[in-house]
Amino acid sequence: MSNIDRSAVPALKPMFRFQWEPAQECHVLLYPEGMVRLSHSAGEILKRVDGERSVDTLIGELRDAFGGAELDADVLAFLEQARENGWITL
Amino acid sequence: MAGSLSDISGKPLWLLAELTYRCPLQCPYCSNPLDIARYQQELDTEDWLRVLREARELGAMQLGFSGGEPLVRRDLETLVAEARRLGYYSNLITSGVGMDVERVARLREAGLDHIQISFQASDEDLNNFLGGTASFQHKVEMARAVKAQGYPMVLNIVIHRRNIDQIEDIIRMTIELEADYVELASTQYYGWSRVNLEALLPTRAQLARAEAIAHEYQARMKDRMKIIYVVPDYFEKRPKACMNGWGAVFLTIAPDGRALPCHAASSLPGLEFPNVRNHSVREIWYDSEAFNRFRGFDWMPEPCRSCPEKTRDFGGCRCQAYLLTGDATATDPVCDKSPHHAALVADVERLEHLSDADAAAKPLVFRNMRNSRTLLEESDTSD
Repeated sequence: MSNIDRSAVPALKPMFRFQWEPAQECHVLLYPEGMVRLSHSAGEILKRVDGERSVDTLIGELRDAFGGAELDADVLAFLEQARENGWITL
Repeated sequence: MAGSLSDISGKPLWLLAELTYRCPLQCPYCSNPLDIARYQQELDTEDWLRVLREARELGAMQLGFSGGEPLVRRDLETLVAEARRLGYYSNLITSGVGMDVERVARLREAGLDHIQISFQASDEDLNNFLGGTASFQHKVEMARAVKAQGYPMVLNIVIHRRNIDQIEDIIRMTIELEADYVELASTQYYGWSRVNLEALLPTRAQLARAEAIAHEYQARMKDRMKIIYVVPDYFEKRPKACMNGWGAVFLTIAPDGRALPCHAASSLPGLEFPNVRNHSVREIWYDSEAFNRFRGFDWMPEPCRSCPEKTRDFGGCRCQAYLLTGDATATDPVCDKSPHHAALVADVERLEHLSDADAAAKPLVFRNMRNSRTLLEESDTSD
């Protein structure tokens, strides 16, 4: 069971920059003197973490974008990991 | 051959732009080369803008503006703005001297992502003594300005025999200044710090105590601040994965335009480092002899060649190997498989028994242009 409140609004911490890297062909998170390459699904989720969309909205959008797939558990697990890593506030 | 190597080598993800070797500080452990007095002709703004564009095209993401003191360059804001436009994450690595509140704001506006400020100590007198200038109060003010303007802030304190016993005060200072990251950077012994080795190398007892304190604060501050503490590699049995491998991810451009696989590499003999004035960054990274010299594993002699750990540490540091053995291809003597390891251990042991009075009596050679010229004259005479 996730302990994430689905009405909460996740936001990227100001220390991080999220962007697409053409040379790497993936999304990355950049921070002081470091970087993380993101998987395709992680990129799709973080693209929607903007301090405005709630967790619920974000999951709904992803479901629409990926043909109605059941991805709630995966998204919640990723968000929890991202919070644990200190990337996002939630 | 360069072609096949370029296929297996990585991209220069990390670009270190050493804008100048001019610096208002004179830290005796400076990582700049000893021959800073030789660097007269700095790259101009147009050259730097081209370097930024070319490296970004090759995939560079992290950009460090360093020096010397990068704030000395009046075109820093221009370079930062271009870096932002190109999509770099840009880091300013500074002493804080030459900064004021307005400049912190201008750099923010230009798109600078992060500022790292160095302190020499948490004690004002010691800080000012080590830096060779009364900079402590200004650094404190600048650290506050950096945080007030919303930057992530790294505080970097080089740790050595003269300040290691104050490590708890140092950490408390960084907490008080609300640093996001703290680098307690043990002195690495190249260049200036190698000249000052006897005065700077801590004892084992000092290290053990400092490490325990650092670990305690790492745990305590876990959610607010990341504390990085690395012991000096002279006390290790395996070498560091220096630069993550030669020509693997790091590209340094020195103030005169010479391209280096690491910021200390100019000390290595027999290598001609290509200059961005004459070559594109692409040619330099993929095709130059210097960047291919220690790339991969084929250059390695024994004991590295047959060692299963070579993929982890890449044989250690080339500059350290040269400094301690006279042979840049040797296994880094930090490794206990190196035939030179015993000599390094013996040297560390000798310094271990140097009394505090003897260590304190060693006059520090401060990093400045005058001392650089003196050292150059001495090495010319000995040649």
